Amino acid sequence: MFQFGSLSEFIQMDGHGPYVWAAYLISLLALLWLVVSPLYRKRKLMQEIVRQQRREVARRQNANTTKSTSQE
Amino acid sequence: MWQWFHRLGSPRWFYQTSGKWLPWLSVLAAVLLSVGVIWGLGFAPEDAKQGNSFRIIYIHVPASFLALAGYYVMAVAGAVGLIWKMKLADMVMKSAAPIGAILTFVALVTGSIWGKPTWGAYWIWDARITSMLVLFFLYLGVIALQYSYTSQDAASKASAVLSLVGMVNIPIIYKSVDWWYTLHQPATIKFTGAPAMHPDMFHPLLVMILGFYCFYAVALILNTRVEILHRERRTRWVQDMSLKAQEGQT
Repeated sequence: MFQFGSLSEFIQMDGHGPYVWAAYLISLLALLWLVVSPLYRKRKLMQEIVRQQRREVARRQNANTTKSTSQE
Repeated sequence: MWQWFHRLGSPRWFYQTSGKWLPWLSVLAAVLLSVGVIWGLGFAPEDAKQGNSFRIIYIHVPASFLALAGYYVMAVAGAVGLIWKMKLADMVMKSAAPIGAILTFVALVTGSIWGKPTWGAYWIWDARITSMLVLFFLYLGVIALQYSYTSQDAASKASAVLSLVGMVNIPIIYKSVDWWYTLHQPATIKFTGAPAMHPDMFHPLLVMILGFYCFYAVALILNTRVEILHRERRTRWVQDMSLKAQEGQT
């Protein structure tokens, strides 16, 4: 059964509201950070890996063309 | 016979298998935590002595549980990495450190907020609180060690040793409320005997603890997966997968 008569009573919690809500809010932010930060890092890392791959392919092609031109 | 052990140690195998579990675990964690929070905040009866401030227990106790369980995970992974030179275990240890640190931080902060209306002070040097602070510093020490070596092998070894030495703090935390009976209340839940709590208050707590365990698993898997990608970034399978993911986005 719901313990509070109204929404404002629920928010105030007999004067303990600020403590309870602050504790829950801080925990929520901390837990969210634990999930969002690896997801963000994974995205960044994959982008970096692909960039590096493209750079290497470009360098290899460059090396080939300079080799063939020097042979001429 | 040891084949499963070697396969378990393969980062690639772990990455692919954990990818299948992740959605289910995430949904389970989200459902358990939502149910637990609503139940604990709105429907659990008020505490006769502490009033509504006791509702902080529904995050304080689960966060403390996982801060301690997370230390076991880190230390055991560190030991496995030291003994069997298993790379995946090193990655798990490294990922467990920041998660444990944040959960310990949550336990300390929520405890401190709870202390104000209950004891009249945000902070006191009670045995339980002080040993939890030591736990927090141990986690920070492992994180710092990870970044203070240029060689990843040396960093893993040093962190594993620190995690194992830090294990002495764990029984101190557990026993602190009995050995030094100061301000922190004794354990609500005991492995032997009934919990010191009315079932109407205890059931939502149980749901929250289960939810925190599932959440911990999700966070650990997510962080370990990034670590795997980072250390295996030169391998074919990671490069192909990254390319595929990138094409899917554009």
